Amino acid sequence: MTEILKTLVEAAPPGRTRRIPQMGMTAKIALTILMVIVILTVIAPWIVPHDPLQMDPLARLKGPSLDHLLGTDNFGRDLLSRIMIGGRLSLMIGVATACVSVGLGLILGLVAGFFRRADAVIMRLMDALMAIPSILLAIALVALNGASVGSVIAAITLPEIPRVVRVVRAVILSAREEPYVEAAISLGSRTPLILFRHLLPNTLAPLIVQGTYILASAILAEAVLSFLGAGVSTETPTWGNIMAEGRMFFRIKPELILFPGLVLSLCILSVNLLGDAARDMLDPRLRKSAR
Amino acid sequence: MQFKSRSFDAAEIAVEIKGLEVATADAAGVRPVLHGIDLRIRKGETVCLVGESGSGKSVTSLAVMQLLPASLSVAAGQINLQGQNLRALAPGQMRALRAARVAMIFQEPMTALNPVLRVGDQIAEVLAIHTALSASQRRRRVLSILEQVHLPDVERISRSYPHQLSGGQRQRIMIAMALVLEPVLLIADEPTTALDVTTQKQILSLIDELQQKYGTAVLFITHDMGVVAEIADTVHVMRHGQMVEHGAVRPLLSAPRQDYTRHLLAAVPSLAPRPARSASENIVLRVEGLSKSYGRTGDRRTYAVKDVGFTLSRGRTVGIVGESGSGKSTLARCIMRLIAPSAGQIDLMGTDIATLSPKAFRPHRRKLQVVFQDPMRSLNPRWTIGDCLVEGPVNYGSSRGDALKEAARMIEIVGLPRDALNRYPHMFSGGQRQRIAIARAVMMKPDVLIADEAVSALDVSVQAQVLQLFDDLQAELGLGILFITHDLRVAAQICDEVLVMKQGEAVEYGAAAKVLGAPEHAYTRALIEAAPGRGWDFRNFRPLPLRLQAGGADDQ
Repeated sequence: MTEILKTLVEAAPPGRTRRIPQMGMTAKIALTILMVIVILTVIAPWIVPHDPLQMDPLARLKGPSLDHLLGTDNFGRDLLSRIMIGGRLSLMIGVATACVSVGLGLILGLVAGFFRRADAVIMRLMDALMAIPSILLAIALVALNGASVGSVIAAITLPEIPRVVRVVRAVILSAREEPYVEAAISLGSRTPLILFRHLLPNTLAPLIVQGTYILASAILAEAVLSFLGAGVSTETPTWGNIMAEGRMFFRIKPELILFPGLVLSLCILSVNLLGDAARDMLDPRLRKSAR
Repeated sequence: MQFKSRSFDAAEIAVEIKGLEVATADAAGVRPVLHGIDLRIRKGETVCLVGESGSGKSVTSLAVMQLLPASLSVAAGQINLQGQNLRALAPGQMRALRAARVAMIFQEPMTALNPVLRVGDQIAEVLAIHTALSASQRRRRVLSILEQVHLPDVERISRSYPHQLSGGQRQRIMIAMALVLEPVLLIADEPTTALDVTTQKQILSLIDELQQKYGTAVLFITHDMGVVAEIADTVHVMRHGQMVEHGAVRPLLSAPRQDYTRHLLAAVPSLAPRPARSASENIVLRVEGLSKSYGRTGDRRTYAVKDVGFTLSRGRTVGIVGESGSGKSTLARCIMRLIAPSAGQIDLMGTDIATLSPKAFRPHRRKLQVVFQDPMRSLNPRWTIGDCLVEGPVNYGSSRGDALKEAARMIEIVGLPRDALNRYPHMFSGGQRQRIAIARAVMMKPDVLIADEAVSALDVSVQAQVLQLFDDLQAELGLGILFITHDLRVAAQICDEVLVMKQGEAVEYGAAAKVLGAPEHAYTRALIEAAPGRGWDFRNFRPLPLRLQAGGADDQ
């Protein structure tokens, strides 16, 4: 089979050297969508058509109209305004959780994967961390520190760290056996160089996948926490708790879940597509020639 | 050298390929991969398809099996199996025909067998699909075919999983599975390439024996001219998807008509040891009593390397030969201090490095460089060639600019263009990558270069060029080379001294002419006797003169 691959490779047109990484069309579309969502949520306080907390008992559960573009919820609050304002906190929690858990997990995973002695200690700690139910951990943290964005982020981040550590460690364990690592050792490369320049890039592809997954699940986890009363209070809209509240009216007004869900999905999809594009651009073997 | 000289003119034609063209179609258009291949195999005949990687050997065989990957398709031509046109068959008809009338064995039996099923059940599955035999009849048939491939204790073997068997036993299972339905045509795609030379010999004679018993037509794909000399009736030489030359084995090897065939044969190293070079007194590496053991102390210890010693002088080459698992690579890794030896001394330029701490060893490391077997994996795929080459010198204090200048000089010495420095490893062929790996090692100005199976993954003509490069660099820089190989031909071509290893121990050590020419140890003799095509001098298209034959005069 390798021979067939070789035949195909040799038949392929010669690639240009040192190509400037080019972004594919899908990645461009994804970037545009993500930018629109982020900009709209960032400048939301100045452009929302209604106060997202303003109730209007006469306009409960109304369908889309010129005044309320996406309709209203069960308290007559404007759904579009709530989604725009809610995105601020949701995105912040999602991005912060993904960054912190990937950052910490990456360092711990690198150390665990490369140093056999540290491996035993770190992985047992991670097992312990995984054994604690995340919801209980969150309630405990909130009880200790009070309900704040910080404790919500901490509560969602902690259980995610072991997952990242496992992924990174697995990649490092196999990559460090590669002959190019042994070659680097015999070229006199010191451990930090081997860790960060030879091994670290191998973890990027799985980390991007893991990171986007954490970003998405953190936004949902925040909704669960606020539903249990252990998160940000339900008065502050987030995509999660807009959906959590809309759940009760799903049969008469599914848009309450549909619209925030749609924005969330678009957001996650864009992040995923951008992650794929970033991975391809970082790996010289996957770089597409400019078309 | 005895060649097969059977005549098949009267035999029935088993398979006939006429004007076969295979093409790949993608965004860049349709490109041909095979150009009008003609091939005819009669019953009982062994046809060898030889050529370098990418020549289209495997594509030809897969086209016969109708197992081409989706990106390739047959564009024109006929494939007739006993007069039946295979291209006209529906997928279901072809499926019924595979195994029953055309069977295939592959290079790596570990991956070709299902690791979670017992091997007996895997053979029985073939019978269950293609025959109406009852379960007990299938079982009897499985045991009988396992006996025919000369496996011991067939009851136990049939109940074993693939990982419980050795490589040779697994390949026997594959052969049993392929032949259990007595197919007309057996396609063997490099079936012995992954095996040790002594196992290879047994498998080749097994295929021969079963072929004679069942009158099977065999299409044998190989890159090894020695194997061709041993087993072929007819040889077809392929290059770039074209049939270069074909003919009976003896005329083709003794009087090739095409330049390419000549070129290919001339690249095959001879088993006759190289002429002795004058010994040098300047010793760069002396290894004494080196051992690497695992496990507990006392009798329970397992030795990967036991009490091995040799001496390497400047400008000379010591070859370490042995089969897989003999401890060759462990020895090399101990010397490089990639693993810590358990006992013994490694005297590198007057310093015993066996017991140095990593920190104390670091200054000595640059004197000792390595070239690995697999050039696909020994270069970091994410680094440009320039980055790879300057890594070592920068580690030892050179400025990046100086190192890059040196890299530009070095890349031209190993025969690559200067702009290669800005490219990535995947843009190069295997041979070019191995040149890069050599350049990287030589950038460090080492005294000792360890080549761990450094030419084993290369095609024979590329192998010849890389061996020449080693020779040139050695002459210019006075390198001491420790050359680890399983291939006696390569060892004979470039080594001054040879150390033969078996199960971690050195069984024989001495001048190449003596060890390979007049071996004392039975194991060395067995290795040499198993080397395929050993009586033929491929380069000069004639039998090897008796006095030069490896293994001495008891050859015929």
